[in-house]
Amino acid sequence: MKFRHINTIMQKELQGYFNSPLAYIFMAVFLVFTSWAFFRGVFLAGQAAMRGYFALLPWVFLLLIPAITMRQFSEERKMGTMEVLLTAPVTPWEAVLGKFFASFSFLLMNLIFSLIIPAILFIIGWPDWGTIAAGYLGALFLGAAYLAIGLFISSLADSQIISFILSAVFIFALFIIGDDAVLRAVPLSLVPIFKFLGLGVHFSSILRGVLDSRDVVYYALLVFLFLHLTVANIHNRRWR
Amino acid sequence: MNTIRVRNLRKKYSNTEALKGVSFEVDKGEIVGFLGPNGAGKTTTMKILSCFMAASSGEATVAGHDCFTHPLLVQQKLGYLPENNPLYPDMKVYEYLRYMAELHNVPSRHIKDRIKKVAEDCGFAEKIDHVIHNLSKGYRQRIGLGATLVHDPEILILDEPTVGLDPNQIVEIRGLIKKLGREKTVILCSHVLTEVEMTCNRIVIIDQGIIAASGTAAELRHTFDAHVKLKVVIRGEQAKALGILTAIPGVKNTDTYSVREKGAYGFVITVARNRDPRPEISRIVIENGLQLLEIHRELASLESIFNQVTTAS
Ligand SMILES: Nc1ncnc2c1ncn2[C@@H]1O[C@H](COP(=O)(O)OP(=O)(O)OP(=O)(O)O)[C@@H](O)[C@H]1O
Ligand SMILES: [Mg+2]
Repeated sequence: MKFRHINTIMQKELQGYFNSPLAYIFMAVFLVFTSWAFFRGVFLAGQAAMRGYFALLPWVFLLLIPAITMRQFSEERKMGTMEVLLTAPVTPWEAVLGKFFASFSFLLMNLIFSLIIPAILFIIGWPDWGTIAAGYLGALFLGAAYLAIGLFISSLADSQIISFILSAVFIFALFIIGDDAVLRAVPLSLVPIFKFLGLGVHFSSILRGVLDSRDVVYYALLVFLFLHLTVANIHNRRWR
Repeated sequence: MNTIRVRNLRKKYSNTEALKGVSFEVDKGEIVGFLGPNGAGKTTTMKILSCFMAASSGEATVAGHDCFTHPLLVQQKLGYLPENNPLYPDMKVYEYLRYMAELHNVPSRHIKDRIKKVAEDCGFAEKIDHVIHNLSKGYRQRIGLGATLVHDPEILILDEPTVGLDPNQIVEIRGLIKKLGREKTVILCSHVLTEVEMTCNRIVIIDQGIIAASGTAAELRHTFDAHVKLKVVIRGEQAKALGILTAIPGVKNTDTYSVREKGAYGFVITVARNRDPRPEISRIVIENGLQLLEIHRELASLESIFNQVTTAS
């Protein structure tokens, strides 16, 4: 595995985001929506906290992250550039990690911009730094998981739209399977499994401000699993 | 030692068998034309050689490395221009070339020089700052070609590099390929005969997933000289001449055609394989009191060989 290849692919992908209007639209929507969510909380409840903001993030991500990932491999397949990429002396892992880190950096950029909100909190009141730090950490983990899932689905679908819809549906399903409403409907023996698998359960657990190693392991495994599936899918055509 | 060696290659897509046991070799320094009608399996073979996909069975080695087990080593030595020349439309030309150079492990300190060199060699130096999708097809084709050269590969595989270009550009690109062929081993896929005949020293004809013929243009003509034709012009009585000619041993078939000269008639003679009845013709025609004005021997055109080979089944 060559770091230089990963870096090259990552740079090219990132540049690609900013060559299209999508990146700017994404950033604008993300910032407007999250600030609205935040200030609504401030004015309605009169509390300078970010709980409402973080609670909303999974839903904002649900729509925005598939929009980042939908083109990653779908577009390469459609345009035939997949052949250019995979006939260079590059391993599938390098290609997948390059693309994953590009989308992750883009997400990171958005989250850094959104730090304006805690900055404002700092001016108008004394924020709870612990919750904010936990919230941002949770957002990064959650975002990484969404991104890995989206990347995998974009390696399956040739069409960006289908890639977008499938990713959103799949992420939604994985998010809610640990939800109480779902748990009530499944056999009792399956409840712990559903609870462990649900994206949402681990996110709210991090939001509570307790960083449990089980949550970290869960997200790390999920990301690894989907990156691995993406690699396997790309490798597939090279197998006999 | 062969630079490229393909042994009994088979490829099955979900419902079609695109390659049914393809074997051929390419020696170092050769420019080989890989010729075949649409759907013959050219692109499939090239995708396997470039390690984009694996064959269902069989063996492919490039520069001594197995395509299936050591794709990275193969790809490092190979410059591959895929069919339809896919490019990233939003990138600038130099960005794309730098990207390709980095992926092909060109050391950073050489990248600038390499880009400059291929841009000059391929004739797009003046467009180096342009965004790819704003460029004409001819320029995009040159950029695609330039990108395959940026790491100075030993071997080039070009899948229909002149498709969709105007005649002037076609001539230019062919010239460029010929020039590249002086230092590199080249496989040029095409279904245009003249292109292959003009640029390549050897031709491999593939049809319906099997190799139908291979050799230099001259060798192919020799092998398929069942198609050698003679054009004979005789002055005198047409029916008599026709009778005489048809009776000569080695003549398979005689047709007539009209010539300008008064009282003279043209005959097209199809000659049996490996026979040369010209001396016999001149003798007998004169013995019968006719005047022999011309004998012209027409070699089988590659066109007819191609047709013969690819429509046999
Ligand atoms: N991805 C694919 N899935 C299924 N069948 C395919 C696929 N690619 C090619 N084929 C089939 O395999 C056969 C060989 O195709 P190939 O593209 O290798 O031909 P070609 O010689 O390159 O033709 P052309 O001159 O049209 O480019 C064709 O019958 C084609 O329909
Ligand atoms: Mg083809």
